[in-house]
Amino acid sequence: MSEEKVLLDHGSGGKVSHSMFSELILPLFKNDELSKQDDGAVLDFNSDLNQNSGGGLLAFSTDSYVVDPIFFPGGNIGDLAVNGTINDISMCGAQPKVISVGLIIEEGLLISDLRTILETMADCAKKAGVKIVTGDTKVVPKGKADKIFINTSGIGIIPPGVNVSGSNAKPGDKVIISGTIADHGIAVLTTREGLEFDSDIQTDSAPLNKMVSSILNCGADVHVLRDPTRGGLGTTLNEIAEQSGVGIKMYEPAIPVRGAVQGCCELLGFDPLYIANEGKLICFVPEKDAQKVLEVIKADEYGKDAVIIGEVQEADSGKVILETAIGGERLVDMLAGEQLPRIC
Amino acid sequence: MSLKYVEEYRDGALAKEIVKKIKAVSQKSLRLMEVCGTHTNSIFRHGIRSVLPENITLLSGPGCPVCVTAQKDIDAFVEFSRLDDVIVTTFGDLIRVPGSSSTLGKEKASGADVRIVYSLFDAVQIAKENKDKEVVFCAVGFETTIPTIAAGILGAISENLENFSIYSANKLTPPALAALMDTPGVVIDGFILPGHVSVITGTNAYRDTFEKYQIPSVISGFEPVDILNAVLMLIEQNEKGAPSLENAYPRAVSDTGNTKAQAIMAQVFELCDASWRGIGNIPSSGMTLKKEYQRFNAAQKFKMDMPDVPEPAGCACGKILMGLKTPLECGLYKKKCTPMTPVGPCMVSNEGACAAFYKYN
Repeated sequence: MSEEKVLLDHGSGGKVSHSMFSELILPLFKNDELSKQDDGAVLDFNSDLNQNSGGGLLAFSTDSYVVDPIFFPGGNIGDLAVNGTINDISMCGAQPKVISVGLIIEEGLLISDLRTILETMADCAKKAGVKIVTGDTKVVPKGKADKIFINTSGIGIIPPGVNVSGSNAKPGDKVIISGTIADHGIAVLTTREGLEFDSDIQTDSAPLNKMVSSILNCGADVHVLRDPTRGGLGTTLNEIAEQSGVGIKMYEPAIPVRGAVQGCCELLGFDPLYIANEGKLICFVPEKDAQKVLEVIKADEYGKDAVIIGEVQEADSGKVILETAIGGERLVDMLAGEQLPRIC
Repeated sequence: MSLKYVEEYRDGALAKEIVKKIKAVSQKSLRLMEVCGTHTNSIFRHGIRSVLPENITLLSGPGCPVCVTAQKDIDAFVEFSRLDDVIVTTFGDLIRVPGSSSTLGKEKASGADVRIVYSLFDAVQIAKENKDKEVVFCAVGFETTIPTIAAGILGAISENLENFSIYSANKLTPPALAALMDTPGVVIDGFILPGHVSVITGTNAYRDTFEKYQIPSVISGFEPVDILNAVLMLIEQNEKGAPSLENAYPRAVSDTGNTKAQAIMAQVFELCDASWRGIGNIPSSGMTLKKEYQRFNAAQKFKMDMPDVPEPAGCACGKILMGLKTPLECGLYKKKCTPMTPVGPCMVSNEGACAAFYKYN
């Protein structure tokens, strides 16, 4: 017997759709709001906001996930979809509370694959302490989408007194990265291209909301939080330099890159500075707080390899400068487009 | 995967020692040219220019395969992509290079079947999987790439593949060095010779050029310590007035090179004249398929013969490749010509001088 597949009927809104929701989706994502099966979730943040005595600011973010392949070493599209939005909200200094999930499925996707993805999403949400409160499923004819696309949106609550933004970097700030860079991009790329590297490179996809809470609660004056996803560390730092009107100097030997990742980059002609991460954050804090924040990040399960990689300077406003291992200096520009493999 | 043999050649302390030596020895103003795109990229990426004394100028020569590809060859690649039932396979760098009217990337966006491959073997595989289509491979590259293309052709024969062909714009390094030396106005005090190419050719491949022009020449690896060491050797040769051909990459390069690769290259290809962007025709500097392999020649198969076209007005790629201009001296640089909107190929490839200037300066 062939394996069960997603059919157009699953997106019809009729009985088949309902049974997929009630038998597959709801049991995995179960919570009070979702169980009501209304057109939208009614959310009560009163107690959260009161606890925080006087905050009242919400963070709201959305992102769509179209990764190919949908399964890769260390995870799948479900990890990215949940952790990605959790992290985007966290980088606003907020504590993520609820997310929505929109599934666009290509007809013919194996139900078993869908189940794996949904289970992963449920696990990720649980781990991060976030509820999936509303959602939608559409099925499109074969060839009109690539297996599965997922959109997630989320809401988080910003504690009072927190003000982090890419435009808050100040000269003298230290730049901390929470661990090795480029793991995710290389894990996906080597799978996508069928490059059979004998390595254990895995995605770093992880929820960073707990790490962010610890950072914000340690008493440090946190200026910037960002997760260097698409475009990598190099692109993200350029965005911050531009937004804040400051220069950023990085020290090449300090930037943590796994040996196997570096090796793949060398072979393919990629610069790890521009490769995506899905479970790392960059934190800008004044020098006086840098050591404290570094210790806090290192104490988190996803921050063991955290290090200070550079600092903010007044000079070279809007630019990111890298001091290389040999003591030379060079510009780290934004990437023009996708990095292309070199030819010899 | 181990990075042994890489990390030690990126050792900051060792590199700083060599820089110190360079500063102690260097008196004359020298213009040293690297003729490999990977060197260009590495020099910029590690900030090597910024640690050298001001009297040492590094020039990026014709070492980026995409940059030296003639406009008419790019036009041919684009034209192939416009044919029905043809899959064009190419290395990624070529996708954005502008031909006279379009790029492979633009054709792809308009529905052409253009696929990026990492080696010719991927292209052969695509041909195997698409027997109802013709698969054309855009062959650019130097001695490093040509043997794998030859091996791919032999592979296609053993698979009985009739729907596969290549358009060869392949080129050889030593004739380009000689052509540079013969060009009026070109001033070069030493060559940093390409490591990868030399792994295949061996040191001996440069001996004739060296004997004829008596120009300091050092084969170099790609890590900062390698390159700085080669620069130091070139400076010492110049200061002593004793030019020589030296191999500073002995961990990979021998006198005779990879004879197996050379043999397979000679089996499938023969010398031909080739048109280099900006430089023009250089006799016996290209490689074309031998008579018995002509059925794999895409130009023959599809009767593709694009006319010579002038390079875009104002584009200084050719002069830059010869060290006659720096990217900063090109009127289009950073104005009309950027990595997002490249006019010439030097702004496209990772290994192009203009792209490197733009990205790292």
